[in-house]
Amino acid sequence: MALQTLWFVLWGLLWAVYFMLDGFDFGAGMLRMFLARDETDKVVSLTAIGPVWNGNEVWLITAGGATFAAFPGAYASMFSFLYLPMLLILLSLIIRGVAIEFRGKDESPRWRSGWDWALAITSLTAPLVLGLGFGNIFQGLRFDATGYHGTFWGLFNPFGLLTAVLFVLLFLQHGALWLGYKTEGALSEGARRTSGVLWYIVLIVAAGFLVLTGFSTRLYDNYLSHPGWIIVPALAVATLVGVKVLAGRPLAAFLSSCLTILLVMATALVGLFPSLIPSAMDPASNLTIYNSSSGQYTLRLMAIVALVFVPIVVVYQFLVYRFFRSKTTRAEVAEGEGGY
Amino acid sequence: MGVEALSRLQFATVAVFHFLFVPLTLGLTVMVAYMETRYVRTGDENFLKMAKYWSRLMLINFAVGVVTGITQEFQFGMNWAEYSKFVGDIFGAPLAIEAVVAFFLESTFIGLWMFSWKRVSKGVHAAFMWVVAAASTMSALWILLANGWMQKPRGYEIVGGHAHLVSFGALIWNPYAWIKFFHTCMAAYTLTAFFIMGISAINMIRGHKGELFQKSFRIAATFGIVTSILIIFAGDLSGLQVARNQPTKLAAMESQWETEEGASFYLLQFPRPDKDDNWVQALGIPKGLSLLAYHDPDATVKGLKDFPAADRPPVAITFVSFRLMVGLGFLFVLLALIAVWLSWRKKLDSNRWFLWIMSFAIVLPYLANELGWILAEIGRQPWIVYGLLRTQDAASRNLTPGDVLGSLIAFVVLYLSLAVIDVFLLSKYAKKIED
Repeated sequence: MALQTLWFVLWGLLWAVYFMLDGFDFGAGMLRMFLARDETDKVVSLTAIGPVWNGNEVWLITAGGATFAAFPGAYASMFSFLYLPMLLILLSLIIRGVAIEFRGKDESPRWRSGWDWALAITSLTAPLVLGLGFGNIFQGLRFDATGYHGTFWGLFNPFGLLTAVLFVLLFLQHGALWLGYKTEGALSEGARRTSGVLWYIVLIVAAGFLVLTGFSTRLYDNYLSHPGWIIVPALAVATLVGVKVLAGRPLAAFLSSCLTILLVMATALVGLFPSLIPSAMDPASNLTIYNSSSGQYTLRLMAIVALVFVPIVVVYQFLVYRFFRSKTTRAEVAEGEGGY
Repeated sequence: MGVEALSRLQFATVAVFHFLFVPLTLGLTVMVAYMETRYVRTGDENFLKMAKYWSRLMLINFAVGVVTGITQEFQFGMNWAEYSKFVGDIFGAPLAIEAVVAFFLESTFIGLWMFSWKRVSKGVHAAFMWVVAAASTMSALWILLANGWMQKPRGYEIVGGHAHLVSFGALIWNPYAWIKFFHTCMAAYTLTAFFIMGISAINMIRGHKGELFQKSFRIAATFGIVTSILIIFAGDLSGLQVARNQPTKLAAMESQWETEEGASFYLLQFPRPDKDDNWVQALGIPKGLSLLAYHDPDATVKGLKDFPAADRPPVAITFVSFRLMVGLGFLFVLLALIAVWLSWRKKLDSNRWFLWIMSFAIVLPYLANELGWILAEIGRQPWIVYGLLRTQDAASRNLTPGDVLGSLIAFVVLYLSLAVIDVFLLSKYAKKIED
């Protein structure tokens, strides 16, 4: 496999894993506003993501860093063309992180409900704008050899908006499944009921996404020339069905949702290959893995780094998840562990 | 102002703000790990109280440091797209490595540490904090390797208008970067020592009796005297690197206009850049500058007049940042000496004047740390990569001044709010002592 191809896979994987992990704490961040009825449950829902949210977010830093190192041309264009969306993502993530850590640092109800709202809103805006950005990347950004011609409001086109909604819904369901698995009592039951309802909405929007992809993007071209890859979207649908089938087993349903998110990203990326950022104006200007990559030396070096260290990260993050596998209980929160 | 000027202002704003939190994270993680380890070793509950007290402040600081760090990675692409295309092949590597080998470890283990007080043995819990401290330090190293390459590019070739990495060894064994790393760590530890001494002093002035702050102060003073002396050596080594690699920065920070063999160092000096000379220049130490900069009394120091005006950095700010930073550095040694003397002889309570000084002195290492970065980055101008790429050629081309002005305002508003909240929480938890 050519190094560029390997890096395309790694690039896609890093972003997909980021969505899979931060996705559930985005979802939990939104849903806890409605599911947590009292102060204890508010703290429980926060503690349920407390030990892991920060480590989840580093996948974004890694995805960004890997884009920079392996495909500097794509990194520069993606971040500068989408300047305002990137700014909104940044502001959301900054406020969000502080909200999680600072909410419990003062007892006043106004302080706490202020941070609760800040967390809920930014947990919505971050995936919304990420979805908007990726939706537009999937269908191509408005640039050619002379530069970028798109506008911020131009991103709000049907496919961009639908992708944004799909991201938010997938993460809402993901977060509901996590809270259902990770907590107990009324909070867990509420979360499981919510994920049950959300599933139908996700299914409808996902179907709409698959249809609109055919009209708004060229992602299906690769599938037409290499039909064997249809297995990827088929598995995405299968794992989404799995979420429903496994609803009685919270952990299995959550893991199925993990796979759904990975496979939805994979579905789009298979179609995108070998472009990273296609041009909606002039296919000759497409930023591909060939014309926007680093040199062979750096690609090889970074491939070694990634193939050695990413598995190590996966192992210790997995161990941390296992370590915190017990349910977050109201009793333990009452004792004040973690300080939320 | 144009896109480039606004982007520079934005970079300066967010970098200066981010670096208000980085040094304390670097230092407090080490101090908390040390205190917790002492508790494990001795069983003395005072050390546990100490570790818990300082860790609460550490976590507040850590949160803001982490979230403002994301901006740093994103804005190279957002505002400096031409730079990113030019150096991505090289500069992206240490950034990505930082995330994958250090930041993951730091973020995962801080979560583990926060939530595992009752789940693991005391020793393992302390070890978690050591991992956080080590990972933060590694994080600093990789970031400084990236910055070191902007200061002294090496191990590259230019292919098709882009810098391409040809030697990873040259990138990671860049002496400029390692000395900067040493300098940054010592500065961070000194800042932390002064932070601990200052907060302890405030609490002692407020009448808190008991061991907690006496002991904290003594530990910090001991730590601080070592690190503040080491900064002097780090600074000397940094100066040598600047002299060898960045002659324009050297000339600007010393306000040296004429090329001179055996150049003097003037204790009293102030530049007058519009006339290409110095306003004041008195109390000279013969051959002092050549000796300081090159460790050779007869070395030739190239003056600013021998560089094209377009290649000179802004002289006044570079000069002032340097002088102030150095002055503060020596002041830290003096204060740390007094602190060690008084705290080990248990005379802090009878010398309240010194406690007052130390409580105000908290801000000084923050100032010195920022001045160091202002010197490093403004002194490198007009280059974004020294000698290779000018800052004016590095900004994103598709942005309008309105875009950048908007984002700058957003950052200023958000960061000022964060600063207010951070100070509120720090002062609240600094006063909150659990018995």
